Amino acid sequence: MNDLRETLSDRMHQAPLAAALGFEAVSAEKGRAAMRVPWRADAVGEAGSDIIAGGVVTSLIDHVAGMAVATARGEPGAIATIDMRIDYLRPAGPRLGVTASAHCYRLTRHIAFVRAEAHDGEGETPVATAQLAFMINSPGPPMGSAT
Amino acid sequence: MSAALFEASPYARFLGMRLEGEGEARHAVLPFAPHLIGNAMLPAIHGGVLGGFLEITALAKLSQARPGERLAKPVDINIEYFRPAGPRDTFARAVIRRAGRRIANVRVEAWQEGPEKPVAALHGHFLLRAEEGS
Repeated sequence: MNDLRETLSDRMHQAPLAAALGFEAVSAEKGRAAMRVPWRADAVGEAGSDIIAGGVVTSLIDHVAGMAVATARGEPGAIATIDMRIDYLRPAGPRLGVTASAHCYRLTRHIAFVRAEAHDGEGETPVATAQLAFMINSPGPPMGSAT
Repeated sequence: MSAALFEASPYARFLGMRLEGEGEARHAVLPFAPHLIGNAMLPAIHGGVLGGFLEITALAKLSQARPGERLAKPVDINIEYFRPAGPRDTFARAVIRRAGRRIANVRVEAWQEGPEKPVAALHGHFLLRAEEGS
């Protein structure tokens, strides 16, 4: 767990965007990761709404999904997003941050499949659900091998 | 595309988006900035930044095409990544493939070296809001 948290932390420091938006690691275990973005005025999409931009949620989901692939592989190697589908189930609440959790439920030598969802902490319904596929550019150890 | 939308959106300003060109040649520009990097090793612009850039470009296109309406709401978006986006300016242009009474289907492509070499594309569905409160 600590190793995974350190992996997440290292990767975050390599991603200036994550630092600029204030992404925080929440949890990590093999094949899973959760991260949070706090509400902030310059992350609002539509002026006056106080609602965090869809594009910020998109970034958080892409980022945490990449983390889930890293924890599944046990290493933070080179991966690239192939595609991402996001369903915006409802707007986040005004002045609320968003937490996204991702599960890498299938990892092959070359491809990783990830599901993710984002919550603002209000009610049952997520703000967004997402499905992503990643290309593994430098094949690492298969799932289940020593990390 | 509506320049006002970019100026009114704090996140569009955070990204540094602007508009260039006139008429059919009008397109969105995401000038490169270090805080947009997602992978410092390559380096490459964050996939989520490209997603947000494409989405805001789609919203700006809808806002330009339907003046006076409330900003459309994204229902779902699909983003494809074709190649890494390097540390240079990125451009995007949106096309409204169909706009019905409630839903618009929009496609956006982003490129760096030229439109024939796209780095990412979005197709998405947006809820149109002709009436206040709808």
